[in-house]
Amino acid sequence: MNSSSGQLKEIGQSIPRKEGRYKVTGKAEYTHHVKLPGMLIGKIFRSTVPHGKILSIDTSQAKAFPGVYAVYTSEDIKKVISEPYYGPAFLDQPILAIDKVHFVGEPVAIVLAEDPHVAENAAQLISAEYEELPAVYDEVEAMSSSAIVHDTLKPSGTFPDLKHLIGKKNTNIALDYHLKRGNAESVFASAKHVFEHTYHTQQVMHTPLEQMVSVADAQQDKVTIYTASQSPSFVRLEIARLLGWRENQVRVKVPFLGGGFGAKLYIKLEALVVASSMISNRPVKISLTMEEQFYTITKHPTTFKIKSAVSEDGKILARRCDVWWNGGAYADIGPRVTQKSGFTSAGPYDIEHVDIESYALYTNRPPSGALRGFGIPQLVWAYESHTDEIARSLNIDPLEIRRKNILKEGRPQATGTLMKGAEIEKVLECVASKIGWEKPFDKGTGLIKKGRGIALAFKAVVAPTTSTALVTINADGSCILSMSSVDMGQASDTAMAQIVAEVLGIKTFEVKVSQPDTDITPYDMATLGSRSVYHMGKAVKLAAEDAKNKIEKMASDLMISKPFQFKEVFIKHYGMQAGTIVGFGSFIPTYTPPDKKDGSTSNATPFWMVGATGVEISIDTETGHLTVDRLINVVDCGNPLNPKIVETQLSGAAIMQLGFSLTEKMNLDAGQVTNASFADYKIPGFNDIPVIIENEAVQAYQVDGPFGAKGVGETSTFGVSPAIANAIQDAIGVRINELPMTPELIYRALRKLHQNPLGT
Amino acid sequence: MNQLIPIHFRLNGQEIMTEVQPHQNIIELLNKLNLTGARESCGQGLCGTCTVIVNGKAVSGCLEFAQFVDQKEVKTIEGMEINGELDPIQDAFIATGAFQCGFCTPGFILMTEQLLNENPHPTDDEIKNYLSGNLCRCAAYPEILKAVHLAAENRSKK
Repeated sequence: MNSSSGQLKEIGQSIPRKEGRYKVTGKAEYTHHVKLPGMLIGKIFRSTVPHGKILSIDTSQAKAFPGVYAVYTSEDIKKVISEPYYGPAFLDQPILAIDKVHFVGEPVAIVLAEDPHVAENAAQLISAEYEELPAVYDEVEAMSSSAIVHDTLKPSGTFPDLKHLIGKKNTNIALDYHLKRGNAESVFASAKHVFEHTYHTQQVMHTPLEQMVSVADAQQDKVTIYTASQSPSFVRLEIARLLGWRENQVRVKVPFLGGGFGAKLYIKLEALVVASSMISNRPVKISLTMEEQFYTITKHPTTFKIKSAVSEDGKILARRCDVWWNGGAYADIGPRVTQKSGFTSAGPYDIEHVDIESYALYTNRPPSGALRGFGIPQLVWAYESHTDEIARSLNIDPLEIRRKNILKEGRPQATGTLMKGAEIEKVLECVASKIGWEKPFDKGTGLIKKGRGIALAFKAVVAPTTSTALVTINADGSCILSMSSVDMGQASDTAMAQIVAEVLGIKTFEVKVSQPDTDITPYDMATLGSRSVYHMGKAVKLAAEDAKNKIEKMASDLMISKPFQFKEVFIKHYGMQAGTIVGFGSFIPTYTPPDKKDGSTSNATPFWMVGATGVEISIDTETGHLTVDRLINVVDCGNPLNPKIVETQLSGAAIMQLGFSLTEKMNLDAGQVTNASFADYKIPGFNDIPVIIENEAVQAYQVDGPFGAKGVGETSTFGVSPAIANAIQDAIGVRINELPMTPELIYRALRKLHQNPLGT
Repeated sequence: MNQLIPIHFRLNGQEIMTEVQPHQNIIELLNKLNLTGARESCGQGLCGTCTVIVNGKAVSGCLEFAQFVDQKEVKTIEGMEINGELDPIQDAFIATGAFQCGFCTPGFILMTEQLLNENPHPTDDEIKNYLSGNLCRCAAYPEILKAVHLAAENRSKK
């Protein structure tokens, strides 16, 4: 064994991804490619109305179609799963619609056939009759609408803050989070300056290029599920619950994911393939089309009304945040998004008096869940646009107003939790210096106007969550890391292998990482919310240390002195190349749930993510066309385990958010998504990326993180949208308060500014 | 739907004789032959994930009928690695970390090969324009740009 000299050898190195060769040769395994003998393909028949009672479903023609194996509706599902409802927060989502449909695109029936074309054609022969009910689409209207999406609320019982909603009727509110700190109302009454603005975000979709896909192979008393899932442990738990089985009867295997971004969490297609496989006694695969993904999970549209009392010199004295989250027809993880992001709705600022009201609403849209940021980008869009509007009104420099108000180390954040290990000031100063804020800026002449903007944000990681890991040393000294973290492109396999290699004194390439398989890889809450580096990283480090302690103990018992090769210990102990050493690690951070009355907590999160964005833009004032000339992403991610991977995460996440800022929007007409295709829904391509992209992780160290590291997968999304809106105002003097900021919106705002508005 | 059409073509240098249904596309044909590097994603020829080379020209495998490769030469990502040795483009993608999830990567690599065959030393703008039909949701674009330049450099050394 190599002696540890205190100098890190693997951590902090830009080690290339372990699976690189498989990805560039097209040989990497994805669920997309899973084929099993006798496998049937399922195609889904979907609801055509946004809200309605199901009067009848006619499957006779589909059943008679040559090559069709079977057609199932909820009546068939109930024969194998008597209560076929699932969900992480509410047990509200049926495997196939029961009695009612709640959005256009909801699965109503499934056709199974060996040939996917047969299944697809037959699905089009199914018809259903509905008695249409009033529908609601807007999150604010849903608060008081007479259209009620669900007759009775059914929280799953997992989360204590949802218990009071059990059995509630006549409401669309799926979570209400209230935070009250100080006395904001009285400050508003006496303050000299009070600003109030309302901002909106739109519905968008993750669009992973490997569409959601699951395969189930059910036997009498066990089922194996191959699925493109970010949460194999949750899939096992939830499928076992649905079937009334033990967890060990459900095996979930996850190869590489062709992108996730929060789309492939909890249960998506898994329950439907399991039920279909159980009824048909055949393996069943469902692979969604790109269009169908838009009917499956999306990002919450929001309305955020934000109000601040501000002193003459720009100190924020009080803030009130009212946030309405449009959760769509099923809650998914929306109530967690509402609560967790509720903690930080007031921004990374030191404000004595804060009121936060955050509501998760049911509507008749496709369901909303987590999308790269867990609600934070929607909040930052509002509070950082608001910060600039205040600064401009008071004639204060936008950087200065942030400097004046930022939360400093040790100060209480809105929940009362003291800030620690959050380099807010450093991140702000870094973005300011990189963009050259103090230097003169050419605003452009003629028709092309230029502007620049910044935005600053933070996030509390979702808590408390558990990760566990196993590190195995084989008799020849080779190592395997077994964990249920899912590598969906973020390179967690490589980063975690670096941790094992560092602890054991070997090379990263020597560590094999086994892909999630719940029969082998131990529990992990999920790969989401930038939690893996910190939580799984700590579990992996503990597991590697446990393995190291065991082999060192064995060596010392055998009087083998350091340095030694692992192999010689096994040979001496077992008399031959035999045996195995297993190290185990488990980690759950401490956490204090928010007080029921005032929403406060002394321990909201184990760590903070901090990010700032700076942009320089050009606008063609004749067309409203906007170009991002320069995009600067600065974050505090602690000590980067692998700087190259961190950089790729920073630019990748920021470019994704660029799409949500400028081009992406799901258009709805009477509940029907009208642009569920890459032809009409524009994600960023090569020509959409900024000419200059700069990424920087400020020098930081998360004291209790593995080797000082913490998560980074989402941080550079936070500030992109408001930084652009702030730059638009800087360039042409108009404020855009809804996303995406299309040329049309910009041009209309310009014409309005010049008192020559365009007709609608 | 059960009509079968015999086809005969070359796939990565190998003679293939098989049968396809009239409505099956190239991706379905390749999957039947256990090649999984070309993948159908958007299903409309808009994302480039299904890119394959037919008679030296990149096509969207999800839009082209399988029967049309009859008597043609097809190259896929699996044909880029020769005797266990990676193509300089593949090496460049690894060296620059020009992918995250890797699902779109084969399409980018095949388009890059076609680009460098036509234009051995492209500028940034030429690369962006040429690869604008390939989408990467992880947005590894800055790294891909570097990979193409590095591949161009390495190919010229060869």
